[in-house]
Amino acid sequence: MNHPISKNALLLALVALICVSILTLIQQLTAPRIAEQRLANRMALLHDVLPAAAEQQLLDDCISITAPEWLGRNSPQLIFRWRQQGAVSAFVVETTAPDGYSGTIDLMVAITPDGTVLAARTLTHQETPGLGDKIELRKSDWMHSFANQTVHEANLRRWAVRKDGGDFDQFTGATITPRAVVNAIKRTALFIQQHPELAEQPANCEAF
Amino acid sequence: MSQNYKELATQGLWSNNPGLVQLLGLCPLLAVTNTVTNALGLGIATLLVLLGSNLVVSAIRNWVPREIRIPIFVLVIASFVTAVELLMNAFTYNLYLALGIFIPLIVTNCAIIGRAEAFASKNPMLPSAFDALMMGLGFTAVLLALGAIRELLGQGTLFDGADALLGPWAQALRVEVLALDHYFIVALLPPGAFIAMGLLIAGKNAIDQRKQRKQQVKTAITRARVTGTIV
Repeated sequence: MNHPISKNALLLALVALICVSILTLIQQLTAPRIAEQRLANRMALLHDVLPAAAEQQLLDDCISITAPEWLGRNSPQLIFRWRQQGAVSAFVVETTAPDGYSGTIDLMVAITPDGTVLAARTLTHQETPGLGDKIELRKSDWMHSFANQTVHEANLRRWAVRKDGGDFDQFTGATITPRAVVNAIKRTALFIQQHPELAEQPANCEAF
Repeated sequence: MSQNYKELATQGLWSNNPGLVQLLGLCPLLAVTNTVTNALGLGIATLLVLLGSNLVVSAIRNWVPREIRIPIFVLVIASFVTAVELLMNAFTYNLYLALGIFIPLIVTNCAIIGRAEAFASKNPMLPSAFDALMMGLGFTAVLLALGAIRELLGQGTLFDGADALLGPWAQALRVEVLALDHYFIVALLPPGAFIAMGLLIAGKNAIDQRKQRKQQVKTAITRARVTGTIV
C-alpha cells in the first residue's frame, strides 16, 4: 500500500470519482431542462413548417423509420403525421442531404401525401458562412422557394438548380449546397408519394 | 502585490497573449472565428472553463503529487468543459446549437492546461483566478478581432446572428458595414483565418518593435543628459 505507484493510482481514482459524481449531479439537475429545451425547439420547428396543425398532436402521431436511400441517414429519422378526420393530410419528415459541401445537412419538410411540399427548413448544417448558409431562413428566403412545389413524373428534371437545368436558384459561388438540398427534398417527396403505407404504420416514437 | 497583478494583466492581455504569442488553442481559434458572435460565444465559454480550472488546480496544488499532476489537471478541465456544455445545453440552447462541436473541443485548448501547469499549480488561488481572467480576456480579444476582420471582409456585417447568443434584443446589434455585391469569400474559409491570424501577429510585433525603438531612443537621450551633467 505504501508503494508510491499504488498510492498515486488510488489518488487518481479518487479524483476521477469526485469528478464523475459532480458531473452526474449536474447532469441530473439539467436533464429535465435540456429535455424541455429540445421539446420546445422541436415544437417551434413543427409549428414553423406546419402552422395549421397542433404540435402536440403531431408529436403524438409520429413514426421512427430508417430509410437511408430516401432520407439520407443510416440512423432512424422521425416522420410526424397530421390527421384530419382520420386521414393523413400532411407529413412532417426529418430528412438529410448527405452530400452537402461540408458534411450532412439536416432538413425538416412538410409534405402532403401526394408529394406537394408545404414548407422546408434547415435544422443543422456546417455549410460555409456567407456562401452555403443561405439555406438558413435567417440569411435568405431561398427555402421558401419550395413552398407548394409538387413532385411528379413529368417535372422530375425541373427539381434541380438552374445550372443543372432545373427551377431552383443556386447561390453565387455555391452550387453544391443548394443542389444537395433540392435533391434531398425531391427524394423525400418521392418517398412520401411512393409509400402510402406510411400513413398506416402504428406510431412508434419514444414519448416526448 | 499590485505590481504583480499589473504584470499578470499585461502578460495575459498582451506580452504573453495565449492567442497571439503562445499560439495556443489555435484549433478553436481559427475554426469558429468566422463571425463576431461565434467568437464571443467561444471566448466566454473558454474564459469560464479557464477560470474554473485555474481555481481548482490552484486549490488542490499542495495535495497533488508531481508525477500524476497532468492526468489530474486533464480530469479537472474535462469535467469543467462537460459541466459548461451541460449548462449551455440547458440554459442557452441556441448558443449551444451554434457552437456545436467547439464546446467539447475546449478540452483540447492547450491554453487551459498550459495555464494550469505553468501558473495555477504554483500560485495561490487569487492570483490564479486573476491570471485565468486575464488570459481568458486576452484569448477572447484575439477571437473577437479575428471574428470582426473575417466577418467584415467575408459578409460585410458585424454581430450577425448575435440574437442566438444574447437573446432577441441583440438583433439590434447587427451592423451592415459594407454592402458590396461581391465579398471576400476567402476571409470566411479556413485559409482566411490563417492569413488574418498572421496579419494580427505581424501587427502586434510591429507595435512591440516600435515601442522598443522608442524606448531605446529615450534611454539614449537620458544617458546623454547624464553624461552631460557630469562633464
